[in-house]
Amino acid sequence: MTSSFFADAGLVLLVLAIGASTIFARKAFDAAVAFVVYGLLLAIAWVRLSAIDVALTEAAIGGGMTGTLLLGAVARLRSAEPDSTRIGLPVRLATGVCCALVAAGLAGALLLLPEAAPTLAPAVRENLVHTGLGNPVAGVLFAYRALDTLLEKVVLLLALLGVWSLAPNNAWNGIPGLRLYERPNSTLTFLAQILPPVGIVVGIYMCWVGANDPGGAFQGGTILAAMWLLVIIARLEGAPSIGQLWLRIGLVLGPAVFLVVGLAGLVLANGFLAYPPDYAKPLIVAIEFALTISIAAVLAMLAAGPPKQVQQQ
Amino acid sequence: MKRMEFALDLFTVFTLTAGALFFLAGTVGLIRFPDPLTRLHALTKVDNVGLGLVVVGLIPQADGWVGAFKLVIVWLLVQLSGAIVTQLIAGAIRERGPSV
Repeated sequence: MTSSFFADAGLVLLVLAIGASTIFARKAFDAAVAFVVYGLLLAIAWVRLSAIDVALTEAAIGGGMTGTLLLGAVARLRSAEPDSTRIGLPVRLATGVCCALVAAGLAGALLLLPEAAPTLAPAVRENLVHTGLGNPVAGVLFAYRALDTLLEKVVLLLALLGVWSLAPNNAWNGIPGLRLYERPNSTLTFLAQILPPVGIVVGIYMCWVGANDPGGAFQGGTILAAMWLLVIIARLEGAPSIGQLWLRIGLVLGPAVFLVVGLAGLVLANGFLAYPPDYAKPLIVAIEFALTISIAAVLAMLAAGPPKQVQQQ
Repeated sequence: MKRMEFALDLFTVFTLTAGALFFLAGTVGLIRFPDPLTRLHALTKVDNVGLGLVVVGLIPQADGWVGAFKLVIVWLLVQLSGAIVTQLIAGAIRERGPSV
């Protein structure tokens, strides 16, 4: 019973309480705000479990990015026609039961884990030298589970296609209908002038240190996306129309570079997504940088929403 | 050397406790104050002084000069975003009136 035990127990109680308040919140806005807090608390929990990479991703994606998307959805729902159809009790009960079953299944799987869980961690640690990376998480993501990492980025692109497909026909290739801040020369303008230089450095740093320390493409890309959105919302720079060639290239750059390196591995190394031993680290860092650009573009465009206006000529 | 370390640890404990008190006071203010503007006022105290005291207290325990520098940067960034977001919220309240 040390003091850290009480801190951890308090953290668990807080996570559960915020989780419950997310579910039972009456208004969608309250639920979205509670969800952001939930993400930040989970990030602290991951830090306590010494999973700094996961904590950074949870704070950036789980708290920040998903929170932004949810708040955007709430704002959109508010301006839409109020839905008069109430969801019946049976449907709500069924939803609750299904969610509880998933939670129970996960909890059961966790509690039934064998005493010594089967692990490949020692093998990874032994062979990490061959990748030239110092961060085992990056090593696993780019060397041992490269296919998962590649497909994950493709899924991001598919999500963006899903958002874009909501565009009305005449707005296709138009400008995303992001809500901008109305007043010019406000304090937000000041923030959008002063913060992005810092944010861009931090974002690139996050991506760069990802090879040896916690960090990486997702964390860095999220910060870059946030900086871009800030500049757009403060109206210092217009949102690009989704038909712009440079935007399309930026969106697919990461997965494309990843795929090209992966295919080159067929010839230059042992197989698809394998790296030539002497060039593993430079290649992985190059992929990470390309992915950072793509992730930043995809996340910013996801938050910006489907195109609304036709591009002005 | 031992005595020096003890003095620094004592300093950390003292400033962290003071910072935590500011967080507590700010939270009480957030819950108890009557209208949005005064609640914002309570929150900014936590941002500025509470976090400032925590950062100052952690500097002696930091991982060298770079670590201390990063801590100060974190504090400055929170100051900047906190002050500006507070301004924006207050501006919105003034325009639309306080919604309950």
